[in-house]
Amino acid sequence: MKKIVILGAGTSGTMMANHLVNKLPKKEWKLTIIDQYKTHYYQPGFLFLPFDIYTTKQVKKKGAKFIPKGVDYINEKIDLIVPDENKINLENGKSLIYDVLIIATGTKIAPEEIEGMNGPEWHKSIFDFYTYEGAKALRNKLREWEGGKLVVHITEMPIKCPVAPLEFAFLADSFFRNKGMRDKVEITFVTPLGGAFTKPKATKALHYLLEEKDIKEVTDFNIERVDYENNKIIDYGDTEVDYDLLVTVPTNMGDEVIERSGMGDDLNFVPTHKGTLQTLEHQNIFAIGDATNLPASKAGSVAHFEAEILTDNIMRYIQGEELKDEFDGHANCFIETGNGKALLIDFNYTHEPVEGTFPFPGVGPLSLLKESRANHMGKMAFRWIYWNMLIKGVHIPFVSATMSKKGKHIEEVQ
Amino acid sequence: MKKVIAQTEINVNEEGYMTEFSQWTKEICECLAEEQGICMTEKHWEVIDYIHEKHNGNEALSIRGIKKSGVINIKEFYSLFPGGPLKKSTLIAGIPKPKSCI
Ligand SMILES: Cc1cc2nc3c(=O)[nH]c(=O)nc-3n(C[C@H](O)[C@H](O)[C@H](O)COP(=O)(O)OP(=O)(O)OC[C@H]3O[C@@H](n4cnc5c(N)ncnc54)[C@H](O)[C@@H]3O)c2cc1C
Repeated sequence: MKKIVILGAGTSGTMMANHLVNKLPKKEWKLTIIDQYKTHYYQPGFLFLPFDIYTTKQVKKKGAKFIPKGVDYINEKIDLIVPDENKINLENGKSLIYDVLIIATGTKIAPEEIEGMNGPEWHKSIFDFYTYEGAKALRNKLREWEGGKLVVHITEMPIKCPVAPLEFAFLADSFFRNKGMRDKVEITFVTPLGGAFTKPKATKALHYLLEEKDIKEVTDFNIERVDYENNKIIDYGDTEVDYDLLVTVPTNMGDEVIERSGMGDDLNFVPTHKGTLQTLEHQNIFAIGDATNLPASKAGSVAHFEAEILTDNIMRYIQGEELKDEFDGHANCFIETGNGKALLIDFNYTHEPVEGTFPFPGVGPLSLLKESRANHMGKMAFRWIYWNMLIKGVHIPFVSATMSKKGKHIEEVQ
Repeated sequence: MKKVIAQTEINVNEEGYMTEFSQWTKEICECLAEEQGICMTEKHWEVIDYIHEKHNGNEALSIRGIKKSGVINIKEFYSLFPGGPLKKSTLIAGIPKPKSCI
């Protein structure tokens, strides 16, 4: 029997297991998937958990529920990939041999990269919301917080779901308004980028939101350290921003297993071919989702589009056919803007977020780059779609892996 | 857009970044630096070389990359190109402003 091994049973790995199990000839191929956790987290829900919009139950389920029959599911930490021997070592001392490997180990926060971040104030006055633990601790804090300076901060790019911090700031504005204490809270958005939105088109269309919600912006801020004794963050240019409550997105890095195996770049992301998803170093190793170094957004929607193309390419690879160089960086994100509204953006490697309607040209119902209630409903429905369709590899009707230009106002990125 | 600098005509975008690297020369570089209030020193040139090397190798520039560059540390980078060091140094080096996905 030949073997395909998938590393990581998050969004990407689970989707790949579901896609491949139906396609691989069962007599010849065995499919194995490995993850350190028994729980599958709905990470997009971590944005809503701090505001008591979602409960803890809505954002986690048993991973085994989503792994199809016929797939070997191993709950163990992966210790090492040995590409020269086609071998995986697990932390429990066991090892596995593969013919084809799919790396789907995602990305995680590394607060230890910044002095003072991960210190005694971690999860006391300094929080992340990119982990289940962080989002839950922040929820408890926000339930009783009496106001002051709230700083929403991005440490360095790239981060997964790059719009999440901004959405957090928007939701915080609504949250404090609804609690009748918005006047007691000053919200500042601090980013290493030149603006809250980085693509010129989105900046033009969306900057009004910050003004409307009275969110201050500090840009080009490259953090050097957190001075947790004096409640401020300090950048390399000696700019300081005071906080009472710091909500930061720490540096995002690939898992240490990638570093240990000598397979990653500076941030432990795996160099991967932009169009085929084959790793650049090894022909029989593919990578998908947040674990790759692709210049696409690190988002579940991107992983979803990648999964369709990667499934085809794995089938082609095992049949000795040429790979399809087809992935175009397609991303499609809802941006929650608070007050029950949201925006939808759609873009790829070469095209900026566009205005128009989605998925039906000219009809919608979702409008791109414009705030609407329908978009918010879309974002909320996404949780259901995620658990019931997306990770199970059910094709989502009318949404294609590569970006459609119909019904959109397209502009090339220079 | 066209711009005349160091008695030469160059092509730039709305933000003043050169759009054709082949037009870049050391003289133009010095003038661009001056416009940013920077007087080029040996250390500045070392950084410009490093940036060109990265750019030619299609590697993205980042603050983290500077930390590991072996050329300078981040504090020095800030003092050489005060304000936005990545934005300013790339502008002076004649290459596009570092992009980041949205
Ligand atoms: C706050 C927040 C909001 C978001 N909002 C959105 C959104 O609105 N829309 C959207 O499309 N995306 C959103 N995302 C992004 C989305 O969740 C991720 O892009 C997606 O989950 C990536 O899938 P993945 O499979 O590549 O990585 P993951 O889902 O993170 O899975 C990686 C898996 O690998 C396992 N693993 C890693 N290393 C090891 C090891 N050494 N041993 C064993 N197992 C290992 C991990 O345990 C994990 O289960 C959001 C993310 C966050 C944090």
